Amino acid sequence: MVVCLTTGPGGKTGSEDAVAVKSSGVTTEILRVENLRVYYHTEVGPVRAVEGVNFSLRAGERFGLVGESGSGKSTLGLALLRLIKPPGRIEGGAVHLDGEDLLRLPEEEMRQRRLAVIALVAQGAMNSLNPVLRVRDQIADALADHGVRLGRADFEARVRDLLTWVGLRPEVADRYPHELSGGMKQRVCIAIAISLRPRIIVADEPTSALDVVVQRQVMETLRRVQEDLGAAVLLIGHDMGLMAQFVERLGVMYAGGLVEVGPLRAVFREPLHPYTQLLIASLPTLEKKRVFRGIPGLPPSLLQRPSGCPFHPRCPFAMPRCREEEPALRPVQTGRWVACHLYDGEGA
Amino acid sequence: MTAPLLEARHVTKVFGGGLFDRQRVVALEDFSLVLRDDPPAFTAVVGESGSGKTTLARLLLGVIGPTQGQVLYRGKDLRALSRAEWRTFRREVQAIFQDPYEVYNPFYKVDHVLETPIAKFGLARTRAEARALIEEALQAVGLRPEETLGRYPHQLSGGQRQRVMVARALLLKPRLIIADEPVSMVDASLRATILESLRALHQQYHIAFLYITHDLTTAYQVCQDIIVLYRGRVVEVGEVEPVVQTPEHPYTRLLIDSIPLPDPDRPWRAAGEPAPLARQADPLKGCRFADRCPFTHAPCLASPPPLYQTHPRRAVACYLYQQAPVLPPEQVGAVLANGPVAGPPPAAG
Repeated sequence: MVVCLTTGPGGKTGSEDAVAVKSSGVTTEILRVENLRVYYHTEVGPVRAVEGVNFSLRAGERFGLVGESGSGKSTLGLALLRLIKPPGRIEGGAVHLDGEDLLRLPEEEMRQRRLAVIALVAQGAMNSLNPVLRVRDQIADALADHGVRLGRADFEARVRDLLTWVGLRPEVADRYPHELSGGMKQRVCIAIAISLRPRIIVADEPTSALDVVVQRQVMETLRRVQEDLGAAVLLIGHDMGLMAQFVERLGVMYAGGLVEVGPLRAVFREPLHPYTQLLIASLPTLEKKRVFRGIPGLPPSLLQRPSGCPFHPRCPFAMPRCREEEPALRPVQTGRWVACHLYDGEGA
Repeated sequence: MTAPLLEARHVTKVFGGGLFDRQRVVALEDFSLVLRDDPPAFTAVVGESGSGKTTLARLLLGVIGPTQGQVLYRGKDLRALSRAEWRTFRREVQAIFQDPYEVYNPFYKVDHVLETPIAKFGLARTRAEARALIEEALQAVGLRPEETLGRYPHQLSGGQRQRVMVARALLLKPRLIIADEPVSMVDASLRATILESLRALHQQYHIAFLYITHDLTTAYQVCQDIIVLYRGRVVEVGEVEPVVQTPEHPYTRLLIDSIPLPDPDRPWRAAGEPAPLARQADPLKGCRFADRCPFTHAPCLASPPPLYQTHPRRAVACYLYQQAPVLPPEQVGAVLANGPVAGPPPAAG
């Protein structure tokens, strides 16, 4: 199938309304993703990793994108920075930032936007540090790549400030990555990500390899830095607990699409999409012991996306219509969006 | 009283540490544990990286030997087992590991990992009998044989591969399954299903479990007893509910406070900036948590605290509780549900 049913026409998409409804002039939209599609072209056909995603990010907010492996969340994060590598390809859509569509910029201009305007803390970023360069030189590389020329004293001061900012001692500048713990390396990655004071930080599973105690410390550092900068954070991950502790708004991904978007507390208290409901019910807590309830069935193959709603084979509320027609992500309450036929009668 | 199925007695494991090797790492120190199969225990060992939890799994499986102390299988040191006894041990004590993908040979269908133990231990006389055993084991872990057999490992999801490993362990009718991070590579929606199948095996087939994990939340949900490890030492041990609800050791408190609970109304308490990661001058001398502990005082730096039994079913290795009686490590079973004090088990083979 070549023509793809998407969650809304390109121009008037859900996310625009979301901002209009919620913002009332207080928050401004900084990034708007419209009908984004990313496919990986394999020998057996296209893997539709991101299939018609619409959402927007407000200045200074913490937005979470949660999904299981294979839901397309990491691909989406990389696509925002145009870092998709072959056989992957951005098939269509738009990523509006400052009134320009990032997907239409020449590569060199896009390279300048990365780090300076939109920075990435990648999954396993701590292992992406160059093992033979001292921390100082890695920061120097990042700055030089973006045309920042500083005198020696100014550069040293900049490095010291950056490291202190993320809770590291200035002496860390003299260390090699292998001399640092996982948490310290991840802080170095955050320091590099904020070195040009970006307005958006895309953090893809920034703490997935860290122990819980260190995880909390690194997430608090990220939050502090984000608040200092006034930057928006897009936190991508699979851990609903981490989302609950960090973000203000949450988007739930399933099979390459967003199935629900809403304020954090509302989504946890009253999840609308059946997938979100089952996902939250399956989470173990430290309250009373109970029988675990997993979600029946298996995550869908993105190679052969189910017809209609991609969740219908596992959904306890599936109707005949769900097999045929993919529901669009649409507003149902103030600030809340869901892609499910159960809410077809409702609207906000 | 019969000897327990598996027991660790004053086990210490040191890696490195040759005469001129400065990199001496004490992975596990003076560790004792009793695992019974009558009634079967469901015990969790919880710790972060570097706590020694995987070393413990390997010691209990006989993959590595202890530097000091003993691992006993039905009262007999693993190193002293005869060939036949070792064979029985290998059948009765099974393991499930973190990444099920690494266990599979990608060129063989999944049937292969299920047929191998049957052939090796002579569990079936005919092909039909083997097939019946395999189907029964797959169904016990909630897999449909017709959807699983005949496929290659990459054609199964991570959750399915892990359940095939559980089925493989089950084929051998084990008395104990040592599960080292069995669900940490599996998505949330499937994690619950796998843990529920482990719990079902415990209840239906009376298999004892040692669940080794960094994830206190899942440990809390499935286990009766919990052992919290920190840098190779037990810091707190006992019945899971009180340990998790009202942790006593400062490290257990830190660990529980750090869990990101999936509940926006129960926010993380401010962690503050991390303690400087200064290494103690002699990490073997005092309490290993002393460099991060808000309550550190002189005795903590002088010698490691023993286990103090603060309740009938709980012991804590911290001088804050030194009014409580000392619990010698070899009697740690006293605070466990299936320990010798909990009632003499019926004589069984």
